[in-house]
Amino acid sequence: MRNPLNNKIVGIKPSGIRKFFDLVSEMKDAISLGVGEPDFETPWHIREEGIYSLEKGKTHYSSNAGIKELRTEICRYLKRRFDLDYDPLKETLVTIGGSEAIDMALRVMLEEGDEVILPQPSYVSYEPCVIMAGGKPVIVELKEEDEFKLTRKDLLAAITDKTKILILPFPNNPTGSVMSKEELADIVDVIIDKDIFVISDEIYAELTYGEKHVSIASFPGMKERTVVINGFSKAYAMTGWRLGYAVGPEVIIKQILKLHQFAIMCAPTTSQFAAVEALKNGDPDVEMMCEAYDGRRRFLLHEFRRMGLSCFEARGAFYVFPCIKSLGMTSEEFATQLLKEEKVAVVPGTAFGDCGEGFLRISYAYSIEEIKIALERIERFVNVHRQ
Amino acid sequence: MKEKILRIIEKNSKITPEELAIMLGMTSVEVEAAIAEMEIDKVICGYPTLIDWDKLSGDKITALIEVKVTPQRGQGFDRIAERIFKFDEVETVYLMSGGFDLTVIIRGKSMKEVAGFVSEKLAPMEAILSTATHFVLKRYKENGIVMQNDEEDERMIVSP
Repeated sequence: MRNPLNNKIVGIKPSGIRKFFDLVSEMKDAISLGVGEPDFETPWHIREEGIYSLEKGKTHYSSNAGIKELRTEICRYLKRRFDLDYDPLKETLVTIGGSEAIDMALRVMLEEGDEVILPQPSYVSYEPCVIMAGGKPVIVELKEEDEFKLTRKDLLAAITDKTKILILPFPNNPTGSVMSKEELADIVDVIIDKDIFVISDEIYAELTYGEKHVSIASFPGMKERTVVINGFSKAYAMTGWRLGYAVGPEVIIKQILKLHQFAIMCAPTTSQFAAVEALKNGDPDVEMMCEAYDGRRRFLLHEFRRMGLSCFEARGAFYVFPCIKSLGMTSEEFATQLLKEEKVAVVPGTAFGDCGEGFLRISYAYSIEEIKIALERIERFVNVHRQ
Repeated sequence: MKEKILRIIEKNSKITPEELAIMLGMTSVEVEAAIAEMEIDKVICGYPTLIDWDKLSGDKITALIEVKVTPQRGQGFDRIAERIFKFDEVETVYLMSGGFDLTVIIRGKSMKEVAGFVSEKLAPMEAILSTATHFVLKRYKENGIVMQNDEEDERMIVSP
């Protein structure tokens, strides 16, 4: 029989988290600081709007790009929060989570062999999506001494004649790093000068602690070369609704829309009606959740440092990224042993790229009570294994 | 900053000033001072525990009583409200707008005890025109906390 499979797909290694997940799922009584989604449920008024749309029989396809009211609200929101100007009709597309938007943007922009600069540690999907789109990932290692930010120097060093896209993953999963306006300004002229496009994954934009998130698309000369990815999962605790969006130059969005039309048709209609309510009346919910995350973040940072583990001051998303190099274990050894000995699940940094070695991703999408219990166990583990 | 403290302890009064200080980026001295001030100003009125008495044997019974009263000259409803809330059985008293004047929530050992309180103590008061007693059958949510909530974390234990 012929090989039924595409070798490029077969060659992509499965997500590092997946492997660990299989291990965890055998341990029924484990507690976890390992999830990448909010502990809050979607605010009831948002859920209720979804239910209402079902009651009213709004159970059909929507237009391919998403219902017009939602696209309009998205553009209003982006203007209000991040001072971004987009046309709801030509520059906005509602997708199935941010993930679809990332995949589609790469597919419409890349030619075979184009290079994509990919800072890591970062979200697990970028690299396989680049490969599937025919691109070549060029990994830039984000370093702890740079607070896991992309520096001008490292960016310049990674650029070649073949570089077409930079993926900009801030606020960052897994490190919690954010890039300030000044830090972005420092790379903007390089991007323009070298004629590179940017896919800016801003799914955690609402979750910053301290300075407000700044979108790279708000810099002069950047809007025409940036696709901004965002969505409802993190800010409004709507992961299961699968709803995100891409905004960007009409020429790019038009092609993404074409792919989306053939592959997806449209994002789930129920989710779209709920999302309109989220954007219209969800600001207090976001504020409440953000405040809760911030308290947990400070608590975790304090506790890890007290245990004697260095932990860089994460200012975004809902993760801290403590360094465990002082224990003489790899990330995976630490995570596996911690799970076996103390039944606590955390994600090894290597799940987010090889340069995540020596770090753990600790999620604070948990109540403070749950965090305290997990930390007690982690501390006991650290004390036992410290030489 | 006081409001941030209140939003946390409103849900969990067991949290220590040291933990609050870490969570809010303050010193524990500042947190303790802010709490002390709010206690003096009666912004913080107490630290009761939310108990689901139904879980214990010999459970108690709760009733909500709608009370119509005649307001008294110079004192309005306050005097009669005070006469009512001084009874130990009375848990809550609100002055209401609408069809009746006072909501009185009382807790007793049995329906008989509650009925006895209403007929012996409450109804005979001179200013009270009428009462309507409603017994609570099940408590779903109280003070923002869902009772009997044994929902599990439905999230996958790890996810990217």
